[in-house]
Amino acid sequence: MRQVATNTAGRGKFKPLSMSSKEYKTFAKQREPARSVFANCVRAFVTGGLICVLGQAIQNGYMSWLKLSATQAANPTVATLIFISVLLTCLGVYDRLAQWAGAGSAVPVTGFANSMCSAALEHRAEGLVLGVGGNMFKLAGSVIVYGTVAAFVIGLIHVIFGIRGH
Amino acid sequence: MLRGKQTWWFENRPVIIGTGTVVGPDEGAGPLAADFDLVHAELDLNQKSWEKAERLLLEQASDFAIKNAGIRRDQVQFYVGGDLLNQLISNSFTARELGLPYIGVFGACSTSMLSLALAAHLVDSGMAEYAMAGTCSHNCTAEKQFRYPTEYGSQKPPTAQYTVTGAGAAVVAKSGIGPVITCATIGKIVDLGISDPFNMGAAMAPAAVDTIQTHLNDTGRMPADYDMIVTGDLASVGHRIAVDLFARDGVPIQDTVFSDCGLMIYDIERQKVQAGGSGCACSAVVTYGHLMKRLRNGELKRILVVATGALLSPLSYQQGETIPCIAHAVAIERGDA
Amino acid sequence: MQFVWAFVVGGGICVLGQLMFDVLRLTPAHTMSTLVVLGAIADALGWYEPLIEFAGAGATVPITSFGNALVHGALTELQNTGPIGVITGMFKVTSAGISAAIIFSFLAALVVRPKG
Repeated sequence: MRQVATNTAGRGKFKPLSMSSKEYKTFAKQREPARSVFANCVRAFVTGGLICVLGQAIQNGYMSWLKLSATQAANPTVATLIFISVLLTCLGVYDRLAQWAGAGSAVPVTGFANSMCSAALEHRAEGLVLGVGGNMFKLAGSVIVYGTVAAFVIGLIHVIFGIRGH
Repeated sequence: MLRGKQTWWFENRPVIIGTGTVVGPDEGAGPLAADFDLVHAELDLNQKSWEKAERLLLEQASDFAIKNAGIRRDQVQFYVGGDLLNQLISNSFTARELGLPYIGVFGACSTSMLSLALAAHLVDSGMAEYAMAGTCSHNCTAEKQFRYPTEYGSQKPPTAQYTVTGAGAAVVAKSGIGPVITCATIGKIVDLGISDPFNMGAAMAPAAVDTIQTHLNDTGRMPADYDMIVTGDLASVGHRIAVDLFARDGVPIQDTVFSDCGLMIYDIERQKVQAGGSGCACSAVVTYGHLMKRLRNGELKRILVVATGALLSPLSYQQGETIPCIAHAVAIERGDA
Repeated sequence: MQFVWAFVVGGGICVLGQLMFDVLRLTPAHTMSTLVVLGAIADALGWYEPLIEFAGAGATVPITSFGNALVHGALTELQNTGPIGVITGMFKVTSAGISAAIIFSFLAALVVRPKG
């Protein structure tokens, strides 16, 4: 076994890391693997587009099968897409799809349903009330809050400026 | 005794007389599968929750360590352990089962070497005849606590890391057959402003470099004195940054094999783990399973294991804070050195 | 033809979301919240309903339509019952989606365990 120097006064005096935070962030950014933005966008476009095509097909189906108008068919269409999303989440497939599709699976209403279903499944271990009930809106809550607040502000502007509603 | 600024020199050369490593299916599909004591086929270990599964991993790893050490459980004076979960519940409940005096420590992914250094210190100073160090992590408990529900469809960036599902434990004794712990360098917090929890490698690299350089200064050693210097979980992004930081500071890291447990535990090309492995168990199972084997059979004679931890909480990140990191180094040598 | 526009417009909104992920580095929660607000503003400007006429499901399926529906409900009720309608009308159109998501998620949690 070769001998190693055990004194501290000898060789190997390395100066401490002396980079500023700003310098380091640039240093690290340069060495970060680039995200394939274009490829991600293509995948998002295709997946999102296909989910919308599926939605259109379902809507057309309800319109001809139940003799509904487009407006009337909207609700069952959304409910059906949500059901499909919940099913895929339960099968453990939605998260794998999402790694490939990115925003293509997150932006459609199926992503909203996935966020609620995944939270509900995960927190079942903490019970039905505190776990499932208390955590279901963990991820979807922001969307609902911001949508509501935005709609309120817009409504308020209409009221203040006397703009007629729809 | 104290050596330099931050290094404990263990004059009495405590011995690692037994280790135990238990892992999940993804690690079992990796290149080091044969080096672990037990590989589980189911991610939930047939338990009612992810948290219960993580606890079971640690209980099993401790049992293996004690059995492989050839001692009885009640001969261990102290158990030093930690994990990623809030309030270290995996370790508290395991310690309850073990029935041993328990020292809980939080070092995030640096817990393996933090607890090993403390266990070695207890034995070296005569405060214990036998001390056990242990840690665990689980992919799903980490995702649930730090990121998103496991079935949530979020797209992980290429800098993200994959938390290892596993547990590792080591029994340290005054004397016996096994690799010897010669010294340990306790790290200090290094935070160079990275705030992205999906880029921990970049956050932790400066801490690893700082601890390694301090260790070399304190001991008067050079990288060439080690057969291998291995970090805990910098993975591909952090490892590359660390190599460049060493070059910048004139540290001849190329004189040794400089590797990373997060890169060793998975087959990065084939398994979908983005930048590589992370988690408390990453450095623990690779060190206590794979590296111990190579020390025992003589392939490696002296190594430095530098476990790295990112000490953020989900709240600190939401409040816009950066990620403070730390790295602890333990030097381990072959028994007959 | 209707399917083509559904595909293009729906895909396009998702590309906008992907750019928010990759270029602006926003989290999913930030991105979805932004898209909902954009949908709300688009309806306020009178742009979203024509888009639905044109692209069908390509405009009703993405999360932006949730913002549109909230504003649409609020403004329709404002017209019918006055200022208080801003608050009472909001969830009229959207309740099907939210109710469905809650009910199906709850039922799922009763019988299914996450797979990790």
